[in-house]
Amino acid sequence: MTAGGNVSAGMTGIDELLRGSLDHCVKCTICETQCPVSNVTPLFPGPKYAGPQAERYRVGGEPSVEWSVDYCSGCGICSMSCPQGVKIAEINAQARHKLKREHGIPLRDRLITRPTWLGRAGTPVAPLANFTLGFKPLRVLGEKTLGVHRNGPAPKFAGRRFSRWARGHSGPGTGRRIVYFHGCGTEYYEPWEGQKIVEILEHNGFRVEVPKQDCCGLPLQSSGLFDDARKVVLRLARALAPHVRDDPDTIIVGNATSCTLMLKREAREILGIEGDPDLKLVSERTYDICELLLELHDRGELKTDFRPVDEHIAYHAPCQQQGHYIGKPALELFALIPGLEVSEMNARCCGIAGTYGLKAEKYDIAMAVGADLFAQVEASGAGEVACDSETCRWQITHATGHKSAHPIDYLHRAYGL
Amino acid sequence: MATLTTDVLVIGGGATGAGVAWDAALRGLDVVLVDRGDLAEGTSGRFHGLLHSGGRYAVKDPRAAEECIAENRILRRVAADGIEDTGGFFVTTPWDDPAYADRFAAGCAATGVDCEEIDRAVALKEEPRLNPDVSRVFRVPDASIDVWKTVWALARGAQQRGARVLPYHAAVAIHRDGDRVTGARLRGSRSGEELDVEAGVTVNASGAWAHFIAEMAGIEGVRVLPGRGIMIAMNHRLVNTCVNRCQMPTDGDIIVPIRTVCVIGTTDVHTDDPDDHTVIQSEVDAMLDDGEKLVPGFRRARALRVWTGVRPLFEDAKADSTETRDVTRAHALLDHEQRDGVQGFVTITGGKLTTFRLMAEETVDAVCRHLGEQRACTTSTEPLPGSEEHATYHLGERLERKEQHLSDHQLICECEMVPRWKLEQTMRRRATTNLDDIRRLLRLGMGPCQGGFCIYRATGILHGLDGLTAEQADETLRRFLQERWKGVWPVLYGDQLRQARLDDWIFQGVLGVEHLPA
Repeated sequence: MTAGGNVSAGMTGIDELLRGSLDHCVKCTICETQCPVSNVTPLFPGPKYAGPQAERYRVGGEPSVEWSVDYCSGCGICSMSCPQGVKIAEINAQARHKLKREHGIPLRDRLITRPTWLGRAGTPVAPLANFTLGFKPLRVLGEKTLGVHRNGPAPKFAGRRFSRWARGHSGPGTGRRIVYFHGCGTEYYEPWEGQKIVEILEHNGFRVEVPKQDCCGLPLQSSGLFDDARKVVLRLARALAPHVRDDPDTIIVGNATSCTLMLKREAREILGIEGDPDLKLVSERTYDICELLLELHDRGELKTDFRPVDEHIAYHAPCQQQGHYIGKPALELFALIPGLEVSEMNARCCGIAGTYGLKAEKYDIAMAVGADLFAQVEASGAGEVACDSETCRWQITHATGHKSAHPIDYLHRAYGL
Repeated sequence: MATLTTDVLVIGGGATGAGVAWDAALRGLDVVLVDRGDLAEGTSGRFHGLLHSGGRYAVKDPRAAEECIAENRILRRVAADGIEDTGGFFVTTPWDDPAYADRFAAGCAATGVDCEEIDRAVALKEEPRLNPDVSRVFRVPDASIDVWKTVWALARGAQQRGARVLPYHAAVAIHRDGDRVTGARLRGSRSGEELDVEAGVTVNASGAWAHFIAEMAGIEGVRVLPGRGIMIAMNHRLVNTCVNRCQMPTDGDIIVPIRTVCVIGTTDVHTDDPDDHTVIQSEVDAMLDDGEKLVPGFRRARALRVWTGVRPLFEDAKADSTETRDVTRAHALLDHEQRDGVQGFVTITGGKLTTFRLMAEETVDAVCRHLGEQRACTTSTEPLPGSEEHATYHLGERLERKEQHLSDHQLICECEMVPRWKLEQTMRRRATTNLDDIRRLLRLGMGPCQGGFCIYRATGILHGLDGLTAEQADETLRRFLQERWKGVWPVLYGDQLRQARLDDWIFQGVLGVEHLPA
């Protein structure tokens, strides 16, 4: 399979990668059979249509003519399923970006794509903020004024920040260095996930560094605000790079699969950032937490002093996790835990796609996309749902009422930490 | 046998013939337009789609350059619907004589072709795939023109003024009464029926076939030297500006962005037979190499198909050359009354698509002389049907239209975005069993899959509408596939080879198309 494009000279890498890759499309329609969005709504005409097909009609200088491409959730399943290597989701992301640039960006998209702003504003006043987010009349108002759906699965502010805990935490002080990229979800909403990861890494002999860090830019990117997203991801790269630059053995690990994917691949393949040495370095060194732990296990370096966890859980591998092209390492880690019964969900997408399912006009689509997964969760008889991505967990809990957690939670429990 | 009576019979339904029909109809004459095949199926429909600015001829043929720029300006208004204002570049590549650029600029100035030298960096920003090693770039008002759209607009305009348009009617005899041509006998190639046309003036607008018609009329010495050229269409627009090599005209010196593709052209090889569509592999290779000079990486981009066109180059009595590019590109109007003492017969040949309107004007002026009444030409100001607003075509049109009807218009040809209602409407209007006729009107099957996904659908729809027998439908399908295949096989490499395999599995593997009842 050739993932790259055909024509190179004079083109920047991103144009080459996307425009060139449409040459590989043989119209087989496999992407359209896999697209979770176009299978539930006529508002999105499908990845083949919006991607390699419509791209032939796009000229840089001409204005965007398709609102429909804004209904792509950016889950990336199309690119993943394409047997010919067409960068379908990436082509669509570019088209969405152009549309937003030309037609302006709603205030809503400027707000909900800024987890750092929201987190900083919400954390000190968490009880009030959480009350607001849970208070139906205000949510109705928010839907009418901002376009954030009244039922959208908004997370609760934890009221404390992970980074504060990390600063106060005294680790072992020895061992192999590792850099932890916790992302905004852990920082403002689920700081306990970060604590567990630090404890697991320390249990396995790592000395964990938590650099001062910020958003990766993914929410901005998925809403088509590419210029802002580029600034934000490069700022993150500047923050992380110095921690790994001088030691070729030090790596970066993260638990937010969509944010680590941004660093690994999407900053280049969607935002088109080429040739930035910091980003390149960070991109090469970044691992997903489950990917890392399984690799350690494969090398015989993961402690396996697991106690039984007698639970039955469901596991959903989110789209963004699948986009890492690393298989489903969480499943193999679960297999190491005695007593843990896992039902693997066989559904494409939960529907949320970051902030997509929060938007008033897309909430129903997102819920319809996830319906298959939600039904499987119910039918599995499992209690909790394990899932690598935080927004997906919030969506699953919102839709099914089942508690959800990062796979790391079950390892943490099994280690008895 | 039926007989039609008319003021003017036009033989040849290319751009020139259709232009003559439109011009004559506008002047209030009664017109019959005939072609042995479909309109614009010959030379007109087999070129790269360039509407010349005149830049190409600025050095070598100043008169042609002047004609081109004048016609370019006129057609952008009156035939806007078929024209995309792509603009053009003339670029000096490392393979071009650097001294030519100054001669080019001087030639453009002398002939009135708008030409502005622009910074390389500006050109590369506008056309990022352009060879970064070009040393000089000139901007000229080249454009691309959809010939089928334009020719059918001409025919439709003529029909609205009473003209009768008869595709698939070949002239089998030219009637003469002493020193006067009085019309022709036609044979319908589909019905097999013959038909007589009595005409005040007969116009031989058959281009590269002009000598056959002239001979039928008993006129000696009309010699047309057919020059065959190949063109290759690429899967998408590698450039959005017409990009020309800034050098004397040569093979592979232009890439034209037209509709969803871009086309590189062309070669020029003498052939004795204007129906010779041989594609020579070495010419394809050479053309791809030429593409590489303008757009590095061209060879790795996906080529869709190859075709050939035959230029009608009128042979000057003085020249005895087989190097056809040196024969004049100017058109030739032969008034056979002055030339041969034969009344009621005019031949128009040579020329180029860009100047079809001018050729038609001169031809109908001659027709009027034969008819003995002067009527003024109005084609330079009268817009064609569809061009009343003078709005030029833009590439996003079909995408934009589809966006208004996302869920209610089923797409039959996905690559070229042909909706079912449009296909059915066109099939009803054309009343043809040949899907190639529909292709020329709608671009059905002209995209990346080359009919792989739309032609079985279109055949089924035609079968339902037209009451074809199953056997006729099978034949329709097979004929279309064969036509597409002719153009695909010379470029079977890379991505298009994968596509051809998939198409093959669909038609041979799933549908068993070669074993259908015939």
